[in-house]
Amino acid sequence: MEGAWEIAFVFFQVWLSIVVGLIMLPAMFGVSLGFTDIYIKVLVKTLEWATLRIQRGQKEQAALPSQSANGIIEKDDGSMQEEIGELRRSHPKNLAGGDFTLCDAFYFCKKGIENIVEDQVTQRFTSEELASWNLLTRTNNNFCYISLRLTIIWGLGVFIRYCILLPLSVKNWLSDLVHITCYRICARGLSATIRYHNKENRPKKGGICVANHTSPIDIVILANDGCYAMVGQVHGGLMGVLQRSIVRSCPHVWFERSEMKDRHAVAKRLKDHIADKTKLPILIFPEGTCINNTSVMMFKKGSFEIGGTIYPVAIKYDPQFGDAFWNSAKYNMVSYLLRMMTSWAIVCNVWYLPPMTRQDGEDAVQFANRVKSAIAHQGGLVDLSWDGGLKREKVKESLKEEQQKMYSSMIIGSDFNEASVGPA
Amino acid sequence: MGSRASSLLREEDIEEIKKETGFSHSQITRLYSRFHSLDKGENGALSREDFQRIPELAINPLGDRIINAFFPEGTNKKYTAREDQVNFRGFMRTLAHFRPVEDNEKNKDLTSGEPLNSRTNKLHFAFQLYDLDRDDKISRDELLQVLRMMVGVNISDEQLGSIADRTIQEADTNGDMCISFSEFTKVLEKVDVEQKMSIRFLH
Repeated sequence: MEGAWEIAFVFFQVWLSIVVGLIMLPAMFGVSLGFTDIYIKVLVKTLEWATLRIQRGQKEQAALPSQSANGIIEKDDGSMQEEIGELRRSHPKNLAGGDFTLCDAFYFCKKGIENIVEDQVTQRFTSEELASWNLLTRTNNNFCYISLRLTIIWGLGVFIRYCILLPLSVKNWLSDLVHITCYRICARGLSATIRYHNKENRPKKGGICVANHTSPIDIVILANDGCYAMVGQVHGGLMGVLQRSIVRSCPHVWFERSEMKDRHAVAKRLKDHIADKTKLPILIFPEGTCINNTSVMMFKKGSFEIGGTIYPVAIKYDPQFGDAFWNSAKYNMVSYLLRMMTSWAIVCNVWYLPPMTRQDGEDAVQFANRVKSAIAHQGGLVDLSWDGGLKREKVKESLKEEQQKMYSSMIIGSDFNEASVGPA
Repeated sequence: MGSRASSLLREEDIEEIKKETGFSHSQITRLYSRFHSLDKGENGALSREDFQRIPELAINPLGDRIINAFFPEGTNKKYTAREDQVNFRGFMRTLAHFRPVEDNEKNKDLTSGEPLNSRTNKLHFAFQLYDLDRDDKISRDELLQVLRMMVGVNISDEQLGSIADRTIQEADTNGDMCISFSEFTKVLEKVDVEQKMSIRFLH
């Protein structure tokens, strides 16, 4: 038995040096040996082959619908006016009365049932459904294999970050390098392949970078290509440890949870930060929560009131290789990170959009919507005006009142003569 | 995800639902995924709160009336274990009213005789949106209440009262100041109910 252990140990050493030599060191120096690209290509071929095999095997099941429709129904997108107008055309109208007919309820009824079957909002808070599954939820063997390899790499990354790179972060000029390096190692640990587009529009010092939010990995993705100051809450636990380690190499703007409630204090701190042109650009996710990367939801106007130049960034993950979305209502951070480690790869595209500033006569909300549309358009995401906060909270009454108001104007919009109350 | 949820639905159940509602196999499994994703408590049944969580439904002026349609009075054990919960069969039964009519050819052997998505049954569904106490009559009071739901605070009581009076006069043929189901049907005989109360389910 002793002999076997020794051999195992030797193998382990060899393997470790391979790992360090081929993955860690190139990562630190930003050199790609092209392994990741090859890995991705192999992965795509494997997934395609596997999908074909399954499709041949399962004909009845239709678990993989060949048509692109992931939806259950086909909706009419007519407005309230159009739909109710159509309903009323065939109804003999009593001109003396207001414009109400019993069939008006049909419109609300149909819309309601359509929304019960399929709505625009709740689907954004769960993982996107793929037309073909990507082997992640079924195969157990490969699961374990990949997990071991990646967990060790990640562990090494943490080790290197804490014990080697941190002490180095004394000098300013080195801290930039350190910053990018640790994130690069993180990215390698996650098998992330990131394509950056339009690097000339990269956020500059003294500006604010806004991006759509899908997962905590967004930060790793962006920090791989630049230094940012983060805004966020001080966390306890694992996150807190990570946060504090990052702080040493880069100035950030952290808030206590209680401070976050005071919008003016937050705004003031941010204003001071960007006024100083030597400070790093601030990274903000205006949606306020993780969305599943099929849409961009309402941008909170806070970041757009501060002034300064906004550098929009669109991040789109390729869903084929792994689901990056963090459903914080369902999974905690640790189980999420574990899932990320064990997904095949994280492939994503990052587009840097040209900087935008608030124009005259535009208020913060309009500016926020303008930026949101630009990001949605670039990333191929659906542009929604629903609040991401609906993940956890109820919808505002005022939206219902808007619907009621719209309908009321249809009833009394036409000339309504109150005098003629007698029988028709 | 979808594939996991469908394993909780047995083939016999799917067959029964198919017979009762006329939905296809794949439609039933897809709707089951949807049912499952709405069922936050994961207890195999939906409560009113589960429906309210859909933002677009919560802002629908008749949202509460539509949700109510899923919870029929009295507990028919097939569809609800408790009065305030509806199981998947009950869910499908209600949705079946909105299947387009031309899909009827497949279901000639329904036990109830008339398919759930017939014109009459669609009209009856709409009728029950107005008939709050389920006594098969729409009284002036009930009509006023539903109108109030639809218009909110934007129309005064007098105006709304006039609208209600006029609507009842238009429809009422036997002079009892209420709208019965047959009167309701008569008034709407020219409306394309089949199209307006149908949803295009993808196969």
